[in-house]
Amino acid sequence: MTRTLVGWLQAAPLALILLCFLAAPIVMIVIVSFWGATEYSIYPAFQFDNYEFLFGSEVVWRVFGATFRYAAITWALTLVIGFAVAYFLAFHVRSTTWQIALFLLCTIPFWTSNIIRMISWIPFLGRNGIANKTLIDWGLIDAPLEWLLYSDFSVILAFVHLYTLFMVVPIFNTMMRIDKSLIEAAYDGGASGLQTLWHVIIPLTKPGIMIGTIFVVTLVMGDFITVRFMSGSQRANVGRLISNDIGLLQYPSAAATAVVLLCTVLIMIAILLRFVNIRKEL
Amino acid sequence: MQTGYDLELSTLTKRYGETVAVRGLNHVFHSGSYVCLLGPSGCGKSSTLRMIAGHEEVSEGQILLDGADISRLPPARRGTAMMFQNYALFPHLNVRDNVAFSLRMKGVDKVTRHGRADELLALVDMTDYAERLPAQLSGGQQQRVALARALITDPKVLLLDEPLSALDPFLRIRMRAELKRLQRELGITFIHVTHGQDEALALADEIVVMNDAVIEQAGPAREVWDRPRSAFVARFIGGHNVLELDGAKVAVRADAVRVGSDGLPATVTTVEYQGASVALTAKTQTGDEVLALLPEAEFFSAPKEPGDATHLSWSDSQLHRLEA
Repeated sequence: MTRTLVGWLQAAPLALILLCFLAAPIVMIVIVSFWGATEYSIYPAFQFDNYEFLFGSEVVWRVFGATFRYAAITWALTLVIGFAVAYFLAFHVRSTTWQIALFLLCTIPFWTSNIIRMISWIPFLGRNGIANKTLIDWGLIDAPLEWLLYSDFSVILAFVHLYTLFMVVPIFNTMMRIDKSLIEAAYDGGASGLQTLWHVIIPLTKPGIMIGTIFVVTLVMGDFITVRFMSGSQRANVGRLISNDIGLLQYPSAAATAVVLLCTVLIMIAILLRFVNIRKEL
Repeated sequence: MQTGYDLELSTLTKRYGETVAVRGLNHVFHSGSYVCLLGPSGCGKSSTLRMIAGHEEVSEGQILLDGADISRLPPARRGTAMMFQNYALFPHLNVRDNVAFSLRMKGVDKVTRHGRADELLALVDMTDYAERLPAQLSGGQQQRVALARALITDPKVLLLDEPLSALDPFLRIRMRAELKRLQRELGITFIHVTHGQDEALALADEIVVMNDAVIEQAGPAREVWDRPRSAFVARFIGGHNVLELDGAKVAVRADAVRVGSDGLPATVTTVEYQGASVALTAKTQTGDEVLALLPEAEFFSAPKEPGDATHLSWSDSQLHRLEA
């Protein structure tokens, strides 16, 4: 009896923290999402107005579409770059010292805040920024490129810059666990470099790719600040929808959007987990 | 005799920076023989094997198979196949796909390569496990799969890197009988790296003893055991006493030493009962430890205890002079 009591006590702190700071807020958001609002007040109720508006509005559909697009493009780019970096670190850098040193080098940008790293792109990409000036000096273009800043391009550039490391770390981690003799065995069996990559390394790196994918997709789906800064408030995603509602004190509507977003992301992760068993990685 | 698929090493050398791992090896591995490369760890036997396989670059010298220099070819085009120490089976592929891997890389269609894989699985008695993943197999089963995977390329020479070291002693003895049987059936050359002298004696047609990057002695198993050339070989192969008599090093087989009332005076230090025989160690007055392997009946007709004084003798014909 005392053993079970001790067990419960040991589990209690974490359970309490999760209850207070994860479960309770989500329950509150779900409750509030059914409330009603006027221009100047919100009132408790149980009505589906917020959801009806969400699913009935063409703008909302388009914004969800744009959010998926950001997530998909960012995912593809971070995957390619992250895989390449991890592959280089794991298979081309021979000494452990260099592996650790180069790995730490990748994390240096993370010593500053997200916002600063984002904003530092602005003087680089702006109409009279370094990129445009250099291109004009080289004679490659006559007029400044307008699409460099405050565009989908700059939004995705910032996403890729911010989140590639979240792809590198789990992929590198799984790659380091691949027995090097497997690569030799593939070579012994006549596999070329590309065949080894496709038939041996990628299948064995799948769990890491999946973990990185979950990181990147959830981060991009929930982001609002990057889209706002890098698009100069000219592009929208679901996060900005919520943040605008909050700015207008439309809490029930914001809560409903948040619930829909949460469910969307959870469904995406559930689908991803059906493809790959990541439990053995954790 | 340079017929068939003889594998010849010619001044084969491997350097890692300043250190020399393999120093100018010259040796001919005869076609269809079972050869064991025997030596302590770090003697260069694994580097030699990996150079033959093509997983280690040759610093100097040549590897000739059937008269053609293969030392610069990629592993798959050498006519050799390697079985790795930890088997190196692909964990994401089932047994059949593991075995068929090299055919798949060549672009052989699925039906043909699976058919061929099944033939090899039958050869190693693993037909029933074709659908399993490597993680669902025991060590011995994984080894059979690794063997089938290496053999599917129809190699002229199979290279085995300490293939039995990951198995428990009981299984090791069973698998080594199986390796020998397979080698006889297939008639191809097996080159087997090991540090276990009993394994080498049990399997090898020819034993190549390596030490310090060079070959100490090579020859039929019985010859190496009966007439070790150097003190190192005599000690490493086991069952020998190395003594210094009249300024020259000699070896005496432990089973040739007799314990009795005449001969070299010595004091018994340990007595170990081993079943069929008793291992008795005695210290001579010059401080040499001498091991005597006595038949059980002979020992118990006049048992000895540690501390007892005794005499050691052997016939001069059993005394074998060492070159170094």
